[in-house]
Amino acid sequence: MSPQKDAASSLRVGVLQFPGSNCDADCVDALRRHFQIEATLVWHQDTKLPKLDAVIVPGGFSFGDYLRSGALAAHAPVMQDVKRFSEKGGAVLGICNGFQILVESKILPGILLHNLSQTFICKTVHLKDQSGNVLTMPIAHGEGRFYIDKKDLAALTDEGMIAYQYSSLAGEVDEASNPNGSVSNIAGIYSKNKKVLGMMPHPERATDVAMGGSKDGLVVLRNFIERI
Amino acid sequence: MHSEITLAHANGAAKFPQAACISITESPEFSALLKQHKISGAEFQKIMEIKGRAPTLTELGVFSAMWSEHCSYKSSRIHLKRFPTTGKNVVVGPGENAGVVRLEGQMCIAFKMESHNHPSYIEPYQGASTGVGGILRDVFCMGARPFANLNCLRFGEKTHPRTPFLVPRAVKGIGDYGNCVGVPTVGGSISYDKSYNGNCLVNAMTLGLIRDDKIFKGFATGVGNLVVYVGSATGRDGIHGATMASDSFAGAAQGTSKTTIQVGDPFAEKLLLEATLEVLEKNLVIGIQDMGAAGLTSSSFEMAGRAENGVYFDLDRVPVRAQEMTAYEIMLSESQERMLMVIEPKKWPELKQVLQKWQLAHDIIGVVTNTGRMQVTRNGVLEIDLPVSPLTDDAPVYARPVAPPKEKTGESSLLKSLEQRLDLNFDFAAKTLTRALRETGSKHKIYEQFDRHIGTKSVLGPEHGGAAVMWIRSEETKQTPYLGVVIAAGCNERRVKNTPAIGAAEAVLKCVREITAAGGRPLAVTDCLNFGSAEDPNVMREFSDSVDGISEACRELDVPVVSGNVSLYNSTDGVSIHPTPMIGVVGRMDDIRKATPAVYTSNIEPAEIFLLTPKFLLKQNKVADHNNSPQTVSFVASLAAKLDGLECTEGSLAAVDWESERSAFQAMEALRGADLLIAVRSVGEGGAGLGVVKMLAEHLVLSPSINIQFQHATDFFGEGGARYLIILPPQFLQNAKSIVSKFGMELEAVAKIKFDKKNVVQTYFGEISAQALSVEFNSAQPIGGLG
Repeated sequence: MSPQKDAASSLRVGVLQFPGSNCDADCVDALRRHFQIEATLVWHQDTKLPKLDAVIVPGGFSFGDYLRSGALAAHAPVMQDVKRFSEKGGAVLGICNGFQILVESKILPGILLHNLSQTFICKTVHLKDQSGNVLTMPIAHGEGRFYIDKKDLAALTDEGMIAYQYSSLAGEVDEASNPNGSVSNIAGIYSKNKKVLGMMPHPERATDVAMGGSKDGLVVLRNFIERI
Repeated sequence: MHSEITLAHANGAAKFPQAACISITESPEFSALLKQHKISGAEFQKIMEIKGRAPTLTELGVFSAMWSEHCSYKSSRIHLKRFPTTGKNVVVGPGENAGVVRLEGQMCIAFKMESHNHPSYIEPYQGASTGVGGILRDVFCMGARPFANLNCLRFGEKTHPRTPFLVPRAVKGIGDYGNCVGVPTVGGSISYDKSYNGNCLVNAMTLGLIRDDKIFKGFATGVGNLVVYVGSATGRDGIHGATMASDSFAGAAQGTSKTTIQVGDPFAEKLLLEATLEVLEKNLVIGIQDMGAAGLTSSSFEMAGRAENGVYFDLDRVPVRAQEMTAYEIMLSESQERMLMVIEPKKWPELKQVLQKWQLAHDIIGVVTNTGRMQVTRNGVLEIDLPVSPLTDDAPVYARPVAPPKEKTGESSLLKSLEQRLDLNFDFAAKTLTRALRETGSKHKIYEQFDRHIGTKSVLGPEHGGAAVMWIRSEETKQTPYLGVVIAAGCNERRVKNTPAIGAAEAVLKCVREITAAGGRPLAVTDCLNFGSAEDPNVMREFSDSVDGISEACRELDVPVVSGNVSLYNSTDGVSIHPTPMIGVVGRMDDIRKATPAVYTSNIEPAEIFLLTPKFLLKQNKVADHNNSPQTVSFVASLAAKLDGLECTEGSLAAVDWESERSAFQAMEALRGADLLIAVRSVGEGGAGLGVVKMLAEHLVLSPSINIQFQHATDFFGEGGARYLIILPPQFLQNAKSIVSKFGMELEAVAKIKFDKKNVVQTYFGEISAQALSVEFNSAQPIGGLG
């Protein structure tokens, strides 16, 4: 076992559970199998987070995604403490519905709209990270079209907050590789201090070659853990 | 929230004034009432005997639902008895909410397929989504956590005006429901045929994981125990859905019966799923049953019937979402996402806590009694007072007239002519290939709307063209860390229509071949038998023969039937659908790392495709002997014949040669054991030539050159036979040939692909642009908007 994994396994990671969360177990499983982390499940009605080093807001259909994806979950009691946690520099990872919740809670900027196709899209995509690496993992969402106005987009770019962009396998960020119509092909963004990451693709679903041929999700999870 | 109900309440309620009986008259109103409830004159006489007098209106509604074809299987029961249902892996056989088969150690799989055809034709979005919801509940109410969904869809011709209306809505309904509940949709089948123009099929299948000591059943055990209602409040939706599902459509009725359509709420289902699994895990419940068809009526009667007890309900306690609902409406509503639980009174406080956590409506609505009767009150009036068993175990059973077997048509000059034209008219053959791709091509516009990866178990899915493979990781199966479940589902209805006994056996075989191709061994079968009117003797002949065909296949392949569903009266204006015995087969594999897709996934490495064929078949085709010897490759009920506008009744299918099928399974297993496989596809609809193209179809857009070496139409487009298309590393070819030879099989090189940008598919009928075929392949589904 690598020393890095030993260090990781002592980390306290909380995975939030809203009614309708459905990727919580997958996140717990990925952390356990690949990082020897025993994550704690945190119920949406808790007003205070337990002592944690990081929070994961998992995917799903919190509160049925009625109204707007993530809009109701953003007002769950636990989110006030998540907001405080992030403001104090705590590490937060929002995946899919988790990203939508972070955006609705104003922990991250922008908004996630219905896909341009107006349909749910589940497919494997390629992502370019800030160092130019190309990662492969699936998306599965109906409302994943990231939108932000021009001024704020410029700020995102200037601050280096664009974490992942949909790209071709060769790393070209072009319209053909944009699955949902997101502004600037944005698939995931950081907070200013880079401690909060929200993304539509599912890193926890690409943690073994046996799962659709890619374990690039481990790169995302490892980067997140290293930033804690 | 109400206090507990005791037996004293039940005893007291039995003395309440009875609701008015319906009045039996000679009037047209009375016969209309019976007709509306689909109760025959003879059945009404039986009701009179059971009740000792005329029933109340609510009771009539209850009889109508419980004796409906959908709930009682009254026309199919005598046939279903012929299925082989036992075996060393069977843990729970047919008759429960789902069948259960042992996977490894204590770990089992609960699974079942069910139809939701009639509602889906009237309102495809809600019909299809509640179809998914219903089958999910059947599985999780046993305590199993669902881990895979499949769906088998049949629609009318793509050119029929209703088809482009139905398909996108049904697909969206299936996706929205499964995606939200968080169960991946990993496979299924779809086809389009004019026989479904007036009656589409939506069959949904769910698999769940369950430990053998944690299986719950629907028993209302323990006199004095409480009956608890859990889930969404009851509304007026879906009233008499079960009776409607047991009726055929008449042209004018389409669209007028929307009140019989249930409305789904997948979020409520997700909460119900988590709450149910939690209360079962905590052992808070004695018996549990979902409220599916005929809602509160069937769930309560069935639970009481199995335990040979009675039940008393106070309907004033049922959570409702509409005002002034009558007993009739509450008992027959098919509102979705509801469960009925039987618990010991002392468990109520703890149960309540879990249900409150998951924000589900709940209340104690009744008590288990020793009366053997179902007694139901509403507003101080006794609305139902009926013995349980005549409505469940002793419900009517009919031996419907079965037409004599059809004379075999034998040789068909039309099929002979088709073969000659495909051999000699190269334009016609090329057109047949392009049309075959458009007819049966890519399903991406469908499956990309389904979350296929949630649960992180999916190894192979619909994008891999064959069986689904799921990776089962659990505490209970730690010794087999790469354990897999392999699943295939489908049915070639044209072949069933041609010769039901053989076509139905082939449906089982098709699934088993796909499972073999992916790397699994079959364990057990579920079926969803979609047929026309039970009152048509020709339909009952198709039904009876299909049951025999499935039974034969199950015995030959050693896979018992453990669950299933029957949907009759799939006919519109007197036209019945093709007999469609949809089959789902579940298998296991020891090491998912050895799973092989049915498509070639590399888009860089050139590859050669080989055809695995029984030796004798190879010789037989060379001498073009297409008589009725077993295993003949032919055009009977083939895709080529369908595209040529030929009826599927032309010619007749050859009997299955089980011996060579088993040899092929053994050869495949030996190849897999030697790690010689990259991709494997069983040859099915459209023949080996179309199989080659579909195996490589994702790459057509890259302008490769593909060379297909089949020299005759039969070899290219002919169907049948124990044949598989295989890609293996070229250096292992000699080794592979000697392995398969031991099982009486041969490997023959039949095609090559090179990624050289030459954009050409070479066939015996000339060269075709790969890009052009790609367009056909990707335009197969009548769904717009998705590029």
